[in-house]
Amino acid sequence: MMESVLILGAKSDIGKALAREYARHGYDLILAARDAGTALRDFASDLRIRSQRNVILRSLDILSVEAHEDFYFSLGKRPAGVICVIGYMGDQTAASKDFREFKRITDTNYTAVACFLNVVANDFQRRRKGFIIGISSVAGDRGRKKNYIYGASKAALSAYLSGLRARLYPHGVHVMTVKPGFVKTRMTMAMKLPPILTATPEDAARQIYTAQKKDKDVIYVKGRWRLIMGIIRLIPERIFKAYCNF
Amino acid sequence: MGESASVIMRQKVRDFSAWGRYPRVHGELVYGVSPEGLASLLKSGDPFIPLGNRRSYGDSALAARMLDVRPCNYMLDFDPDNGLLHAQAGVLLSDILETFVPRGWFLPVTPGTKYITVGGAIASDVHGKNHHLDGCFSRWVKEISIMLPGGQVVSCSRSKKPELFLATCGGQGLTGVILEAKFYLKKIDSCLLEQVTVRTNNLMETFDAFEQYRNMPYSVAWIDGTAKGPKTGRGIFTSASFMKGGDFDYRPHGSMDIPVDFPTFFMNKALLSGFNFLYYHRTQEWVSYQQVVDIDTFFYPLDRIGQWNRLYGRRGFVQYHFILPKRQSLDGILEIMREIDRSGISPYLAVLKLYGMENRNLLSFPLEGYGLALDFKIQKGLFDLLDRLDNIVAARGGRLYLTKDSRMNRKMVEKGYPGVWQFRRFRRSHDMDKMFQSLQSRRLGL
Repeated sequence: MMESVLILGAKSDIGKALAREYARHGYDLILAARDAGTALRDFASDLRIRSQRNVILRSLDILSVEAHEDFYFSLGKRPAGVICVIGYMGDQTAASKDFREFKRITDTNYTAVACFLNVVANDFQRRRKGFIIGISSVAGDRGRKKNYIYGASKAALSAYLSGLRARLYPHGVHVMTVKPGFVKTRMTMAMKLPPILTATPEDAARQIYTAQKKDKDVIYVKGRWRLIMGIIRLIPERIFKAYCNF
Repeated sequence: MGESASVIMRQKVRDFSAWGRYPRVHGELVYGVSPEGLASLLKSGDPFIPLGNRRSYGDSALAARMLDVRPCNYMLDFDPDNGLLHAQAGVLLSDILETFVPRGWFLPVTPGTKYITVGGAIASDVHGKNHHLDGCFSRWVKEISIMLPGGQVVSCSRSKKPELFLATCGGQGLTGVILEAKFYLKKIDSCLLEQVTVRTNNLMETFDAFEQYRNMPYSVAWIDGTAKGPKTGRGIFTSASFMKGGDFDYRPHGSMDIPVDFPTFFMNKALLSGFNFLYYHRTQEWVSYQQVVDIDTFFYPLDRIGQWNRLYGRRGFVQYHFILPKRQSLDGILEIMREIDRSGISPYLAVLKLYGMENRNLLSFPLEGYGLALDFKIQKGLFDLLDRLDNIVAARGGRLYLTKDSRMNRKMVEKGYPGVWQFRRFRRSHDMDKMFQSLQSRRLGL
């Protein structure tokens, strides 16, 4: 029987690219997203035709944390791996005034995702196999003026994944953190992004798949972001607060 | 990230050109992401032209406002019993090949590049090396779903709204936004072909080769455009058919990119005479010989060089692609070659093909006879020469391919395409003329 991969947030461009990449390598797919049945119907048809793999759609509202366990255990066939591509940039200005927007950013990027991954982690630990991939962000590497609320939630996710990795390592379960920089998606199609720092969703998916197969712990997409973020983290706070207005 | 689906449109404003890199238009490219987004674009009331992978040569897909349908690239259904594929308009033929050749299916009709969209294949009603037997792309299309100027989506076929179907196939995207199509793929027994090559000494011999190999499914001839006098029309004729053995190990060729524009003087007479001489004499024997070739080698030789159009330099080129009724073909092509020779301008690539029966579409190019495609670098005197060639083509009852055209005049399209009057009436009566406009449709009053 074919192994399957569960993708959370499969409506995003990276989620779709990952679905295609894993299908291409012979995995069946379980795609979860809000209104997955309607929003992903055509995408799933396309994926089935191109890859000849099984593709199952499941609706999931990540913010309904009480429903996570039921959702996961009703999947029938347990997945070999779980990839979480969920992310919500939000509106920083609104979030700094409005608690609801603040909570939505924090819950979507961290609290709800971590709750779901707790369920997965416990199951994988029992079965002593599986992989978990969390898509975090370079924004979590250092809080910046423009997007520190989003960044803080991604920093929390990165810290969570790091701890989870250590916990599951002795049990043969691998956890990988992915930190994308710029990604060229449908939404950013017409924006001017620096080409050498911008990945297409397909590039990102290929890089993630390869890294997962090699049991990498933390990867940047593209890889050169590791150097950039390394430098940004080294900037002393007194200089960072005064001059780094990005 | 992700879920902000309220954003349905993005645009890019800059200079655009199609494959011939002539003409250029400063325009706005809008990405078609969803049917709702398209409907709102139609409501805005400004005219535009739908556009695929920009592999047409001239200005048939250029306008101040263009709608890029490539983001709509899902295959929606496939029936392995009869090969019927239901696909969105932005799906590339190369994607279809990668998906289906390994399963024993091939495109029913394919042009000389696989980098075109399904929507573009319909709008140009493309043809391939098997036209004499299998007709144009539209022959294999069962149904098209299209968005009309009012934003409503309708489907049309030969039996349902046949007028819309006949105007849309070959209609250069001027009847609406083609969203989806259902068409039949063709069963093959192998992904390899057996190819026969014949070297010919003049046009008459080249014609004879086409007649002799009439029953081979695929045939085409490369003509030495620099040959003169009694050697005019000599060339290399190739024809092929799929093999019977069941090998489906399809490996798409990678392509080598031309990273920069070549200087305009690169493609010159000396280089081209040399190339033509070597290419012609590559075939040692005067009689035919056989070899086994793969799909990409036989159907898409030029796709191996990504952006080969850059070889012609910054100013671009024109592909003069005409067709003449069969009984006019020999004299007509010789007359045209003489006229070109007199002008001192050389074509850089010449491809000849015998076509089969004309179809009923209003603006489809093929008719029964010989068609010749000639590549000319944009240069002084070229447009005067092409006007003179137009006169010869028109006088002999021929026509020019709209998909390659960037310069013919209204008289020429009216002489070549009797269906143009009906096409215009149809567009006007459905308000399509106000909404869908290209540089070409405005120039030709389509």
